[in-house]
Amino acid sequence: MKISLNWLSDYVDIEGVEPAELAEKITRSGIEVDAVDDRSKGLKNIVVGHVLECNRHPQADKLNICRVDVGEEEPSQIICGAPNVAAGQKVVVARPGARLPGGVKIKKAKLRGEESHGMICSLQELGFDGKVVPKAYASGIYVLPADARPGEDALALLGLDDTVLELDLTPNRSDALSMLGVAYETAAILSRDVKLPETAHEEAAEPASGHLSLRIDAPEANPLYAAKIVRNVKVGESPEWLKARLMAAGVRPLNNIVDITNYVLMEYGQPLHAFDYDRLGTGEIAVRHAAEGEVIQTLDGTERKLEPHHLLITNGRQPVAIAGVMGGANSEVHDGTTTVVIEAAYFDPASVRKTSRELGLRSDASTRFEKGVDTNRVIEAGERAAALMADLAGGEVLSGTVLFDALDKEPKRVTVSPDFINERLGMKIPFEEMEEILDRLQFPYEAVNGQFVIDAPTRRVDISIPEDIVEEIARLYGYDEIPATLPVMESLPGGLTLYQKKRRSVRRYLEGAGLYQAITYSLTSEQESQQFALETAPVTRLLMPMSEERSTLRQSLLPHLLEAVTYNTARQTSSVALYEVGSVFLGKGEDGLPAEVEHAAGAVTGEWTGGGWQGGQKPVDFYTVKGIVEGLAAELGLSGKLTFRKGAMDGLHPGRTADVLLDGERVGIIGQLHPSEQKARDLKDTIVFELNLERLLKEKTEPLLYTPVPKFPSISRDIALVVPKAIQAATLQTTIRANAGNMLKDIRVFDVYEGDRMEEGLKSIAFSLTYLDPERTLTDEEVSEAHCRIVAALEEEGAQVRN
Amino acid sequence: MEQQLQQLKEEALEAIASAADVKSLNGVRVKYLGKKGPITDLLKGMGKLPAEERPKMGALVNEVRGEVTAELESRMAALEEEAVARKLDAESIDVTLPGTPVKTGNHHPLTRIIEEIEDFFISMGYEVAEGPEVEKDYYNFEALNLPKGHPARDMQDSFYITEDILLRTHTSPVQARTMEIKKGKPFKIICPGKVYRRDNDDATHSHQFTQIEGLVVGEDIRMSDLKGTLDRFAKKMFGEEREIRLRPSYFPFTEPSVEMDISCFKCGGSGCNVCKKTGWIEILGAGMVHPNVLRMGGYDPDVHSGFAFGMGPERIAMLKYGIEDIRHFYTDDLRFIGQFRRTEG
Repeated sequence: MKISLNWLSDYVDIEGVEPAELAEKITRSGIEVDAVDDRSKGLKNIVVGHVLECNRHPQADKLNICRVDVGEEEPSQIICGAPNVAAGQKVVVARPGARLPGGVKIKKAKLRGEESHGMICSLQELGFDGKVVPKAYASGIYVLPADARPGEDALALLGLDDTVLELDLTPNRSDALSMLGVAYETAAILSRDVKLPETAHEEAAEPASGHLSLRIDAPEANPLYAAKIVRNVKVGESPEWLKARLMAAGVRPLNNIVDITNYVLMEYGQPLHAFDYDRLGTGEIAVRHAAEGEVIQTLDGTERKLEPHHLLITNGRQPVAIAGVMGGANSEVHDGTTTVVIEAAYFDPASVRKTSRELGLRSDASTRFEKGVDTNRVIEAGERAAALMADLAGGEVLSGTVLFDALDKEPKRVTVSPDFINERLGMKIPFEEMEEILDRLQFPYEAVNGQFVIDAPTRRVDISIPEDIVEEIARLYGYDEIPATLPVMESLPGGLTLYQKKRRSVRRYLEGAGLYQAITYSLTSEQESQQFALETAPVTRLLMPMSEERSTLRQSLLPHLLEAVTYNTARQTSSVALYEVGSVFLGKGEDGLPAEVEHAAGAVTGEWTGGGWQGGQKPVDFYTVKGIVEGLAAELGLSGKLTFRKGAMDGLHPGRTADVLLDGERVGIIGQLHPSEQKARDLKDTIVFELNLERLLKEKTEPLLYTPVPKFPSISRDIALVVPKAIQAATLQTTIRANAGNMLKDIRVFDVYEGDRMEEGLKSIAFSLTYLDPERTLTDEEVSEAHCRIVAALEEEGAQVRN
Repeated sequence: MEQQLQQLKEEALEAIASAADVKSLNGVRVKYLGKKGPITDLLKGMGKLPAEERPKMGALVNEVRGEVTAELESRMAALEEEAVARKLDAESIDVTLPGTPVKTGNHHPLTRIIEEIEDFFISMGYEVAEGPEVEKDYYNFEALNLPKGHPARDMQDSFYITEDILLRTHTSPVQARTMEIKKGKPFKIICPGKVYRRDNDDATHSHQFTQIEGLVVGEDIRMSDLKGTLDRFAKKMFGEEREIRLRPSYFPFTEPSVEMDISCFKCGGSGCNVCKKTGWIEILGAGMVHPNVLRMGGYDPDVHSGFAFGMGPERIAMLKYGIEDIRHFYTDDLRFIGQFRRTEG
């Protein structure tokens, strides 16, 4: 909402308060002032000029040589390129030495050999937004009324000697969507009075009711409808002051009738509509819901299809307006209009909101109706418009109002005690000061048995419960006065849950292991949403996505994580190690919501070790990432519980993928991207993992208990085997373990070789076995015996034991 | 013989002095003190001397041998020391060459901010509560005093899945859910999490972002308690010298509602580009829990009251670290994330 201070001072005295100071006070007491726009800033030496002569420039088709009286003895020669410049006009002249917005300086100049002493201005050149400039002047200079005096300062005439406050309104303060509402607020802040606009006007003897009948078929949606008739109006341009005020408020002037309805809309916050009585054609207004499939062409020329819950104003036969949203083209006021019907009504906020949303039509009217207009100012606003039409358009107001009124206009009664107010605030505001604040707000109240019984004015639709009064008192008393205390309550043990603690450990572990934390988007394309998913479920798709790329909730973290890897490698970061902890969304969970399962995923590419001047670079491989996952299992106390087996997944290398299992259930995957996937993503060898973190973190682990440090030495023996390539290390280990007896403490693979020196199809694999008895020193003989058993078992399974 | 001995001694001492390394010195040892050396020979020749001269001569030979031995050992020690020094010198390295990098990752800056905020409130006795990102309209709006058709729903255009299910637009539904779980008991919680709004991504908007909200419910919770809590928080997060101020605002779930500004941590309040010349920076929204919200959560507003506050970690990180574009948080550029490694202060 834009508030012209010149206009505001019609209703409240703001003398002696600087605009910046006023803005600060308004902001601190509840309505944020976004900008203070001094409209005369940077404007200088801009006067009224009278175009005496206007001739085509001999050297240029589009330029005119004008002789302009600017109030001096000699007229000035000014070159003007505007298509609408003509002799006889009163115009705005920026004289040599003038300043225009944006620091533009006007100097004497020569244009195609002709001198120009200044510039004839358009409104845009004076800083007006093109959207508010009247259409007639939108692509040319602005023409002032004939009575403007040459040489006179043009700024005042254009309303540029003004400061405009731009209010950023919260949705509850719809009262401030009007000059009067802001006047009440200002008056409360400054402890001053409010002066209401003039609504008195003469009326003809003839009653309006003789010319118009009214029928309301939907009183819930339209509990109040007031119509005034003004005849013999002369449609034309509005006076300069009115146009200036509308433009300051951000409204484009159209003609005096429409301008008056807009002016009153801004003044009272009450939207009005003006119908051309003759175009209405039936002498009837009937308000009803739309019929199935009914169509209306609105003022903006668009044909709109209506639904049966949309409320219409009709002439008894066909729709003439969508109630509270926009008028129809068929009954619009035009240059030849002589008789006007002014509609002042109250439409149900929810109904207007729904209609304006569904039709995608938001107007100054609908934004006010949908928040609830002041029930006690609807009729008054109609009277105000009638008075202005009589005054400014020469109209004759027919007597009385054609009225349907079933609207509850009772103020809301709020009872609140001063103690409650002080308890809620933690303050001790004296009773008298609370009274003074209620007076400043012009909230009628009585003090009954130490309680305030307040009749909240209907302009303040946001006031309905005691807490609202707490806020009113506090904001005008000043939030700076509230002391700083801490809650007095039972002291509660704060902290993280076990799950949250473990999750933090996971993050720290992965970072310690060399991975950086990424956060990617949860929304992805439907096509990508299930790629790499450990477990697929029905997808969760948005009703109205903004794009297909962000239409569906992910079921794996990897697609976006890989996108981030590509993003980095494409920017000269060749070694990338990222992880993410986040939820995946598996459709059809409990309560109609998808199951949200927290996962951890990682993606690593490039060099893993080395990279310094000492060399030793080693590219990341499957085992690097498997080591990270094994370390994570150790971190979570799940070593041994977490097992691995050859796995498969679309998009991963079929020979380099492992399932991660917990109690036989797949809880994760590790793998190298499939070469074709790598190519598609423009990546070199990239290894990924994804784990169902929630499952891992919720797994109960054994209590952490100390195992005595061995007092006796252990004995190590190595076994080197030659086996077919397809034999997995895990198989061999199982055989070893099964035959070692309980002295075997540890098996470690210390060498694997498959290459030129091996026979085709074979590999060598070497284990180091550690034997230990915590109770005594083992003898060589017993270890050898165990070792022989192992060797025999392995040989039986086809392994050659090398010596 | 005495003269012979004296000459031998001088010869030996000279040989010792001129030995350049351990090896030649060992040669000297063998030559003069060895089993076939001249001193040994002299001792062997003692038998030929008259008996009365033997003790004197013996003492003299021993004395010479002792002197030569001592000199030899001292020279030996010096040469060994020199050898070690030479070896060490040869082994010296360029200590200005860079060390072997330790490769570790680090937190995303948002996690860093969120954990810092969590830890502060945990120290004040708060629990960390979490909830689903896909939420029922009831918890996201209705239980927070935003019935269908409420004008404030305009402020947060949302991603709906069905008529009744949407991506949560704030972490407030966790508050509503927590009240149901706590069943009328007092509590203090902080709720961090991801939220979603129908915004086009640009420098200041992101369709996905994070939020942290706090909620305290108990008997006699006052607005001054909110102010005191926020004051401590601002000082902890942005520096002890920070001032806070509250400005009236509007949220459907609180009444009264406020915005909290802190005095600018860059200029200290004198006005700069960070605070847009106002001296103040808007940090969060807060207020006293609306009685309807308490009621829907199963708390009696005549007995219980509470306060709530909410803030955006992105905004805080942008202010604190001078980040100019919100999209940096979601592109996961290592040149960005890698900057948030070190400790502060």
